[in-house]
Amino acid sequence: MKITRKDFLRLSGLSLLAAGGREAIRAVAQRNAPAAALPRKTRWGMVIDLGKCRDGCTDCVKACNATHNIPQLAQRAHEVKWIWTDPFSKVFPFAQSGYSASQESAAPVPLLCNHCENPPCTRVCPTQATWKREDGVVMMDWHRCIGCRYCIAACPYGSRSFNWEDPRPALAAVNPDFPTRTKGVVEKCNFCEERLAEGRKPACVEACTSGAFVFGNLADPDSEPRKLLRARFAIQREPELGTGPSIYYLV
Amino acid sequence: MRDRPWIGGALLLFLAAFAVPFWYGLPHARAGLKGPDLQLPVNQKECVAPIAFMRSSHMRLLLDWRESAVRQGNRTYISFDHKEYRKSLTRTCWQCHDRAAFCDRCHTYSGVSTPYCWNCHNQPQTNVAWRTGQ
Repeated sequence: MKITRKDFLRLSGLSLLAAGGREAIRAVAQRNAPAAALPRKTRWGMVIDLGKCRDGCTDCVKACNATHNIPQLAQRAHEVKWIWTDPFSKVFPFAQSGYSASQESAAPVPLLCNHCENPPCTRVCPTQATWKREDGVVMMDWHRCIGCRYCIAACPYGSRSFNWEDPRPALAAVNPDFPTRTKGVVEKCNFCEERLAEGRKPACVEACTSGAFVFGNLADPDSEPRKLLRARFAIQREPELGTGPSIYYLV
Repeated sequence: MRDRPWIGGALLLFLAAFAVPFWYGLPHARAGLKGPDLQLPVNQKECVAPIAFMRSSHMRLLLDWRESAVRQGNRTYISFDHKEYRKSLTRTCWQCHDRAAFCDRCHTYSGVSTPYCWNCHNQPQTNVAWRTGQ
């Protein structure tokens, strides 16, 4: 069979149109299909029972400092902290009646990085040195941190510290399993991700003898923290900011 | 034209002086250069990758480990001979290598500046039996 030039061009054009049309239909169909929302498997979180927190006890802070080589610097402006305590009235200023003198409002509140669902610090980091992992841990990569401190400005909880000086001279003992930091990087609580990788709980949770810290998977409805949150009234630090803190306080 | 021998002679002299490093190194090149004296562990025979690769590309391997361990949370390395290693300076590299007697000695020998790994990563005291090798 002999094909004319005109037929050839007509056939080529039609086949191109058919192929293109198929792609276009597929693209439109995919855009209109609802995104298959897979349920999150893990979201690490913590519930802190302030009623169990003993006044004057700093076991959790000490354990964290020793585990993560956190320096104790003389100058307060250079302070580096991952977990620390503050008075209840300072942490939850809107939860005051003015007359309450219960144990919860008197005892200091343990504070740490909230590992937010929507962390403002990671949004402003220009080098992606800090980011949120799939399991909800807000990570720091000190290799990448350039020390711009945008994240410190963005964090509404004061969870981040800057290394204004070399931390090593201020360390009494160095835990060789965890790196120290260097001058010029920002650091914060990493939810003991190096321990989570080994299937262990964070150091502060293990160190607490009165069981005030309950750590677990918030995405699992049967986990310990979820059971506690169902049973009791809990507050978060400044939830109105929309950051979605993963640290809950039982009052 | 009468200056030609002078110019030529001076040029030759300059070339000879310019090439001094080559003349100077010639006897050493024939004899074979002695590498740096490195401390190697007695009970281990091989590294996480072949020696030739580690010699030329250990920094690339370390960068790969760093990226995958910190950013992807993948902390296990399967070596060329199907052995599992933990991607950790402290728990893997420094179980066999000493900073002063291995890393620094070779870096000094090759004139490569010391990397900033040590600003944060700290080598623990190890109880490894050493032998000297290259």
